Amino acid sequence: MLYALKIAARYLTANKAQTTLLVVGVAVGVFIFIFMSALIGGLAEFIMLRTVGDISHITIEAETEDPALLISPEGHVLVVTERGRTRTATLAEAATWLPLIEAVPGVRAVSPQISGAGFLTRGAQVRQVSVTGVEPGRESMILDLSGYIGEGSARLSSGLIVLGRDLADDLALSLGQTLRVQSSNGVTSALTLSGIFETGNAVMDSARAFVSLSTARTLFAIPQGVTRIEIKLNDLNAADATALRIRALTGLDAVPWTDGAEQLMEALDAQAQTGYFLKTFALITIVIGVASALLLSTYRRRPEIGIMRAMGAPRSFVVFVFVTQGALIGLMGGLMGAALGYLALLPFPSRDAFEPGMLPMDITQGSYGLAITLTVGGAILASILPARSAARVDPVTAIGQ
Amino acid sequence: MSKLLEVRDLVQTYGTGEVATRVLRGLSLKLETGEMAALLGPSGSGKSTLLTILGTLMKPTSGSYEMLGQDMIAGDDATLTDFRNLHIGFVFQFHNLLPDFTALENVVFPTAIRAGHETPAARARARALLVRMGLADRIDFPTTNLSGGQKQRVAVARSLMNSPELVLADEPTGNLDRASAMQVMELIAEINHEEGTTFLISTHDEKIATLCRREIVVGDGVVTG
Repeated sequence: MLYALKIAARYLTANKAQTTLLVVGVAVGVFIFIFMSALIGGLAEFIMLRTVGDISHITIEAETEDPALLISPEGHVLVVTERGRTRTATLAEAATWLPLIEAVPGVRAVSPQISGAGFLTRGAQVRQVSVTGVEPGRESMILDLSGYIGEGSARLSSGLIVLGRDLADDLALSLGQTLRVQSSNGVTSALTLSGIFETGNAVMDSARAFVSLSTARTLFAIPQGVTRIEIKLNDLNAADATALRIRALTGLDAVPWTDGAEQLMEALDAQAQTGYFLKTFALITIVIGVASALLLSTYRRRPEIGIMRAMGAPRSFVVFVFVTQGALIGLMGGLMGAALGYLALLPFPSRDAFEPGMLPMDITQGSYGLAITLTVGGAILASILPARSAARVDPVTAIGQ
Repeated sequence: MSKLLEVRDLVQTYGTGEVATRVLRGLSLKLETGEMAALLGPSGSGKSTLLTILGTLMKPTSGSYEMLGQDMIAGDDATLTDFRNLHIGFVFQFHNLLPDFTALENVVFPTAIRAGHETPAARARARALLVRMGLADRIDFPTTNLSGGQKQRVAVARSLMNSPELVLADEPTGNLDRASAMQVMELIAEINHEEGTTFLISTHDEKIATLCRREIVVGDGVVTG
């Protein structure tokens, strides 16, 4: 059908202005498609980064034993929870699984931690904090502590503590100053402020403290093991599947971040749905545009179609000529729109460098191939009706026009 | 000479009920191979309708039509389209060339749609036909740049491209000046004489008709002479 292709191409080049307008119209539709893909994808990426980018994607925590119930003679119920030993023992065994967890595909980092509540005291001022003990060298594996450090260093070692900006300001602390930390176990240590971080999250900046794992052992009286293991993945969308895998591999209760994040997932889903709608409308616009232009062309070329049929061109030949026109328009518009979309997205920062106040456009999520494929497919679909109409042209009537 | 085609009792009615118009009323006709016949008759006598039926572009309301031993009434659209491409050429009053193509491309068209592309052999034949039509210097001209007479000669060349047994010409000179008309008719006569192609030429022009060896007069939907 090389000859039908030639006829189709000739028809398109014969009326350059009309073809150009048509291709530009399709290109605009494709441009919108790509722009929306990059925006919706980038926005989802941005929201994910901002909400779950700094948290553990999978968390393994020691399972607390059910409280023992003591029934008094009077029928009153007392609840007693045994503190410490069981939890520590469970994750002491779990710690042996660390190399295995690190070897699971998709796992980027594993951070064993000891965490608990405590009080910071400086002079007469006392503030309640959540203390997290992490292994030196793994400070930035889950939360990008190094990236958020405003003063000093994120590097932790025995006797050092890193605090949030709001907390440090609240206690009027500066680097190098010493403060006392008392854990919920009643253990008190004097620690030196070695770094101040600023995440922009008020809860984090005003109530979190980071110490080394060894310091946390002392504070929470946990001589061995950890209270939790935090795991970061290369793809946070793979958390559910990877958690299942870790659970099967280790028997530990690995919980993905998506547990308890239903509202966020719903919001992202709604956003994605909005994107699908907008992209579908863009596609429909393309289909209608191509169909109407080709229908017009069919009408205008009725005498020529009649001549072709009189010369012995089968109906399938006529159909092919018009469908090929649709495909060529779709391909040209698709390529032009994709190129324009790509060029328009170039000035935006990459997904790793999203900044507040800017549109979080992700150039890698432009769905260029999909946009071109759908456009060509849509244009072919749009040309079927005009092509069938052309094939039905009665040569006698058409030649007489 | 052998029989090329024969139609019997052709009836063609347009419309139904009170507005029904019977254009052909039992027309019968036989054409021999190599004939050059003029189809004469007043407007509305059924000349164009007859040519349309003979060209397999339309089926009659009733009657029989046989060409080259084949029943032209029974064939489906695909069969008749294929037959038309191989065995019948057309020349229309208004030349009806494809406007976005050159003279050569127009002439090569009937062969190219069959082959799926413009073969070198087809291009060579089309070129030879155009040279024969006196259009050697217009071969690659867009048809929109040709005069009326030149366009009609391209149309004649196109009708001959697949070496058809029958060429149907509907008022081929009706839109041309006298000189151009005579030029086209001389070419047709030459080809008829040299290649034995059968021509059936519809015309109002008695002078044109005298160039043909046979005159068929149609009146009121039947052959009257």
